[in-house]
Amino acid sequence: MIWLGIDTSNVPLSIAVVKDNQLLVEWTSSIKVTHSVGAMPAVEEALKQANINPGEIDVIAVAEGPGSYTGVRIGVTIAKTLAWTLKIPLVGVSSLQTIAGNGLLFNGLICPIMDARRDNVFSAIYTNDLTADLPDGHYAIETILEKLALKQENVLFVGKDVSIHWQAIQRVLGDRAIRAPFYLDLPKASVVIEQAMKKPLPSIEETHHFVPEYKRITEAETNWLAEQQKVGESND
Amino acid sequence: MSKDQIILGIETSCDETAASIVRNGCEIVSNVVASQIESHKRFGGVVPEIASRHHVEQMTIVIEEAMKQANMQPSDLDAVAVTEGPGLVGALLIGINAAKAFAFANQLPLVGVHHIAGHIYANQLTEPMQFPLLALVVSGGHTEIVLMPDHGTFKLIGETRDDAAGEAYDKVARVLKLPYPGGPHIDRLAHEGVEPIAFPRIWLEEDSYDFSFSGLKSSVINYMHNAEQRGEEIKPQAVAAGFQASVVEVLTAKTLRAAKEYKVKQVIAAGGVSANKGLRKSLEDTFAKEGIPFNVPPLFLCTDNAAMIAAAGSVMFEKGIISSMSMNGKPGMTLFDWN
Ligand SMILES: [Zn+2]
Repeated sequence: MIWLGIDTSNVPLSIAVVKDNQLLVEWTSSIKVTHSVGAMPAVEEALKQANINPGEIDVIAVAEGPGSYTGVRIGVTIAKTLAWTLKIPLVGVSSLQTIAGNGLLFNGLICPIMDARRDNVFSAIYTNDLTADLPDGHYAIETILEKLALKQENVLFVGKDVSIHWQAIQRVLGDRAIRAPFYLDLPKASVVIEQAMKKPLPSIEETHHFVPEYKRITEAETNWLAEQQKVGESND
Repeated sequence: MSKDQIILGIETSCDETAASIVRNGCEIVSNVVASQIESHKRFGGVVPEIASRHHVEQMTIVIEEAMKQANMQPSDLDAVAVTEGPGLVGALLIGINAAKAFAFANQLPLVGVHHIAGHIYANQLTEPMQFPLLALVVSGGHTEIVLMPDHGTFKLIGETRDDAAGEAYDKVARVLKLPYPGGPHIDRLAHEGVEPIAFPRIWLEEDSYDFSFSGLKSSVINYMHNAEQRGEEIKPQAVAAGFQASVVEVLTAKTLRAAKEYKVKQVIAAGGVSANKGLRKSLEDTFAKEGIPFNVPPLFLCTDNAAMIAAAGSVMFEKGIISSMSMNGKPGMTLFDWN
């Protein structure tokens, strides 16, 4: 069984090839190169290094979001197109669960953080077997910290953006907050594959309907809904 | 006899997700367009983030449909051509990354096409191009006069200094409270036979082939404002007819002057606004009278589509212009020669 894994959810890029439960190649970088330029050459190179032709891939696993809208879309578009044209299944894995997976052996809760500006984050709370205690979503950082304050366990914070919120985290959780070492902050496509392996394989007919998990409607829609509500209220 | 050349075209520069298969650069085998107009209507214009989201949903479905209608397999193709720019960057990236993944998986060459070159080469799908050729490119994002001495050489001789013609149509439509997209509504109202309001023609310098539409748009807004102040009834048909007459007269006159100066063998119109009935008729009548061959593609090839990208990509591919897997979307891409 040959798996290709892709994560382009935020600035970092990660591509992995796994064959029969062995990681053959993994390329992970955190250089600010747009995924549109970097992702496909990395896929090409990883497969070349692994000596695998595109036609030999059996399954594709992709980080499906949340994250940067454009970033998530590039990974999903590449994964969808490859899976569809190669007629192989496509499995999506939460981008938050992917970075939480870096802390798999931690004795406590795992909180992946992606900054979403204005004191908001894409985040979740995972137990150390990677089940979601609080589902993936777009939250105020304060909301996450209030939930964690009610728990007893230590919390491992993972992700490049943890540093942005570290002061607030420490203020609320004190010594219970553990900062993951830097090398655990980047998403790894091998983790995307590992999590995907635990899911049932979708049929290849489902590939067309695969969509990113944005976890947030667009600003235009938010404004439009607010306006509709205003119109509704003034008509009451 | 040499084998046919088969190109898959992909286009996602704005709010249409499109794929098409073109044989030998001139024959449409299949042409699929998924329009998003309904999704953007309520916002009064294209919302880039929503456009990108729809492209991801539609892209593989649209390519599959184009392949199915053509009854072809990836192995029947010679290359994949995709719009590289200009356009909405987030939207461009979906088509580009899908094209790259498809080309890579099927070991096909990739060709990045300029969107306006695509609009111009839409003409090749109905009639062979004759050089030197003059193209009037009019759309929501462009108003340009392009001279082509030969295949793949583009000389920009005039362009808008402010709004694109299609943009002016949309803005005036908004003032008239017409639904989005406004162009077709203005075209329809302009043909209802109401005496047009006299709006100015903006000619700029005497020898210039450039355009300016923002002044005309302001004149329309001023007229509406003054009429409202005086409590006069505003006839939208009269405003639409007057606005359209001004746009059409300037576009036609400058294109004709350029066609004569450069002694071209053929004049073509391209881009979404070339679907405008008033403009088509004015250009057709004018060039018929002057005896200069004029061609404008059928409506479905004027608006954004992927057949035009495949048609342009076909010539680029013949000339050996191939893109790499690191191709990026270029929202502000300029026309370049294929040499
Ligand atoms: Zn266009």
